Amino acid sequence: MKELSLYILDIAQNSIKAGAKNISIKLEIDHKKDFMKVSIEDDGCGMDDELLKKAFDPFTTTRKERKVGLGLPFFKELALQCGGDAKIRSQKGVGTYVEGTFKLSSIDLIPIGDIPSTIISLIVSNSDVDVSFEIMSDGRKFSFNTLDIKKLLNGVKITEPSVLRWLIEYLEENINCVMEV
Amino acid sequence: MKSIEELEKIRKETLEKVNLRKDRNGIRITVGMATCGIAAGARPVMMAILDELGKRNITDVVVAETGCIGMCKYEPMVDVYVPGQEKVTYIKVDENKARQIVAEHVVNGHPIKEWTISSVE
Repeated sequence: MKELSLYILDIAQNSIKAGAKNISIKLEIDHKKDFMKVSIEDDGCGMDDELLKKAFDPFTTTRKERKVGLGLPFFKELALQCGGDAKIRSQKGVGTYVEGTFKLSSIDLIPIGDIPSTIISLIVSNSDVDVSFEIMSDGRKFSFNTLDIKKLLNGVKITEPSVLRWLIEYLEENINCVMEV
Repeated sequence: MKSIEELEKIRKETLEKVNLRKDRNGIRITVGMATCGIAAGARPVMMAILDELGKRNITDVVVAETGCIGMCKYEPMVDVYVPGQEKVTYIKVDENKARQIVAEHVVNGHPIKEWTISSVE
């Protein structure tokens, strides 16, 4: 996959499959420390210790359609390649937390890519799930939560085309603003 | 710069339109969004479908994701469900195909047979 935002979408889809009501995505960028952290946290069904131990193993999956599950292994591979690592914490019935760290100077680091499209895809995938997103880049910060948006919309669905169009532009502008060097 | 305040305006405008809306056609489009689908380009396909529906002011079509159905080599896959008709599964969809599927199948009611799974299996 060519963008970090696609990895984020992939892992957050696991959260949706795990029946999460809330998904929280955080992105932390610190150029001075040559450091980036990406985390995805959910309140889905979580994993027991046995499954958790095998979570980064590509031959682990909960699916019946195929015998491999590459989402988390891909993410870990990328982090390792980029001088970082990936961690996972999970508790059955509570939720799961996945985190990847990266060296910004790594030659193997791929672009963060289209975060707004990832967020919109998650909203559309299951509009009952609330998505929060926070980006911190060298001291600048932007945060977003579908819960707040839904409250403001008061009866109008978040998946209405006019709302989605506005959300895309709103997210693009604010994320670009935070990421400007 | 977009502000949160604008959302209230959009809410009012959309609410007026929603109240006028009577056509409930029940068409549903799903995009395969497992690792295989995402890696093959499902996200731009979904964004193209949403954009095309938005441009045409089609608000009564439900767009959602679906998981992997074990045919990863055919991803990105898009299913179109029209009430009273059999499900149509499109394979190896890209942004352009996605837009045409909306135009031809969803709007005009003509499935594009050459792009469906039945053309290969």
